[in-house]
Amino acid sequence: MKLLVCIKQVPDLESRFKPDSEGVWYSESDLAWRMNEYDEFAVEQAVQLREKLGETVELTVLSIGPDRVVEAIKKALAMGCDNAVHIQDPVAAAKDPWQIASVIAVYAKDKGYDLIFTGMQSQDRGSAQVGVMVAEQLGYSSCTTLVGFEYDSGVVTAKRELEGGIKGVVKMKTPALVTCQLGLNVPRYPTLPNIMKSKKKEIITLAVSDLLTAEPLAATISFYSPTKKGGGLVLEGEVASLVDQVIGILKEKTSVLR
Amino acid sequence: MKTLLIGEYREGKLLESTYELLGFASQLGAETAFLLVANEFQLPAYDGMLYLADVDICGEYNPDLHKKLVLDAVKRENPDYIVFLHSSYGWDLAPRVAASLKVAQISEIIAIVPGGFEVGSCNAKMRRTVKPNGTKAVLTIQAGAFPSERTGTSPKVQKLTAESTGALEFLGYEAAEKKDVDLGKAEVIVSAGRGIGKKDNVPVIAALAKALGGEVGASRPVVDAGWVEHSHQVGTTGQTVSPKLYVACGISGAIQHLAGMKKSDFIIAINKDKDAPIGEVADVLVVADVLQFVPALTQKLQNV
Repeated sequence: MKLLVCIKQVPDLESRFKPDSEGVWYSESDLAWRMNEYDEFAVEQAVQLREKLGETVELTVLSIGPDRVVEAIKKALAMGCDNAVHIQDPVAAAKDPWQIASVIAVYAKDKGYDLIFTGMQSQDRGSAQVGVMVAEQLGYSSCTTLVGFEYDSGVVTAKRELEGGIKGVVKMKTPALVTCQLGLNVPRYPTLPNIMKSKKKEIITLAVSDLLTAEPLAATISFYSPTKKGGGLVLEGEVASLVDQVIGILKEKTSVLR
Repeated sequence: MKTLLIGEYREGKLLESTYELLGFASQLGAETAFLLVANEFQLPAYDGMLYLADVDICGEYNPDLHKKLVLDAVKRENPDYIVFLHSSYGWDLAPRVAASLKVAQISEIIAIVPGGFEVGSCNAKMRRTVKPNGTKAVLTIQAGAFPSERTGTSPKVQKLTAESTGALEFLGYEAAEKKDVDLGKAEVIVSAGRGIGKKDNVPVIAALAKALGGEVGASRPVVDAGWVEHSHQVGTTGQTVSPKLYVACGISGAIQHLAGMKKSDFIIAINKDKDAPIGEVADVLVVADVLQFVPALTQKLQNV
């Protein structure tokens, strides 16, 4: 059985973002990078399945991007993936979701993956398209926003998270793709022995130009900070003074201290 | 310009958010047609063309079949834009339709702007303007970003049907976990976000809630991490609240959280990051370390 998990490396979302020189995406200077949070849940679920089913299963992690994404790949290997594919693309951020999905689908087409895991969306772009589009291009069944996952002899039972905390329960046969929501599991921290072990695991590097066949379908015109709606008061300074100001505001503007 | 609007129906009811699609089309100045998988006795307040598929046959969640229905309606109407809500139904179905038509999808639109559509990025801290390269596109709109609109009472109904591929079987719904607190009734809610750092700091937030006579709320990451029970979660997948006072402690303000609390009468946010999106809805943003400010505020309140 073959499993694939697709991950993206994104900036730490606590960072301050500035437009790049073309003004269509963020500037990469002064950013710290990490694995997209949703993808950590995807990796964990794939690794859990890999552990449950044993040695006959091969779990590959795939990421598209410049050399820096190898750091995210290494984390996935240390979490328990068997091997990795790095699709080298210095300008991955300029591709639209359709192109990214096409690159993954072209790579995966003849590999015979039974199950593909992705995050439900990336934290930086947030389009929630790539996973489903990969499945559509491969002709796989797919299901999004998983907060529950079970697998038994070729059948996935998935719990989808719906609005208001309700869940939808879905059954589908492999080959299939699932997109993982936060809270699906508890992603593990790689242990030191596993980090050491992962250094021997293979990372195959492919050039994106060999896999890219699709033209972009959408274009970003500009990237910018939201216009502040105003009205909100911003308080800065010493804690003691802030406390006094807030108590004054609570007394004046709300009825909760009366 | 013409739009095909894809409405939503769940657990036997037309979802109110469906009317936001009409609000969007109206801002766009576009003609409309609707597609709904529903029940013919519960039609939307709409007087245009409604493509209706029977929910008893087509199911509430059957994406392969619903995709075929959308493609059928697209063929009949030839719309410029096929518009979904950015919801668990919409973000699941929209990319299937976009992939089948090989047209652009623009996700979670918050506004119509010159040159294209505005969407959030980087956890709502930034914005992008995106435009489709072709003339046709699939769009999903953010819940609550466009006003609800009704346009009459009696749609012109055209029935559609399609065969299921049987690739996926919907087994049913699982109810939300029982609530041990009803945040909807609380006058004051003090919520903990990831910025509190660790589970051991939850009592710091609880102490402020107690001093203000309120309840403890939480953002999604705090609940996912197991620091606070799910019943306290505020946001799209938790509870929607509108207390007299909402205090957001170390909550950056993901869209899903804002949607659950922005109607509160008065909002105070405490955050180290002056640019955190929570600042957009807060009446007061206190730029400070939660773990220094909150205990100091609690102590002072106890002496008031």
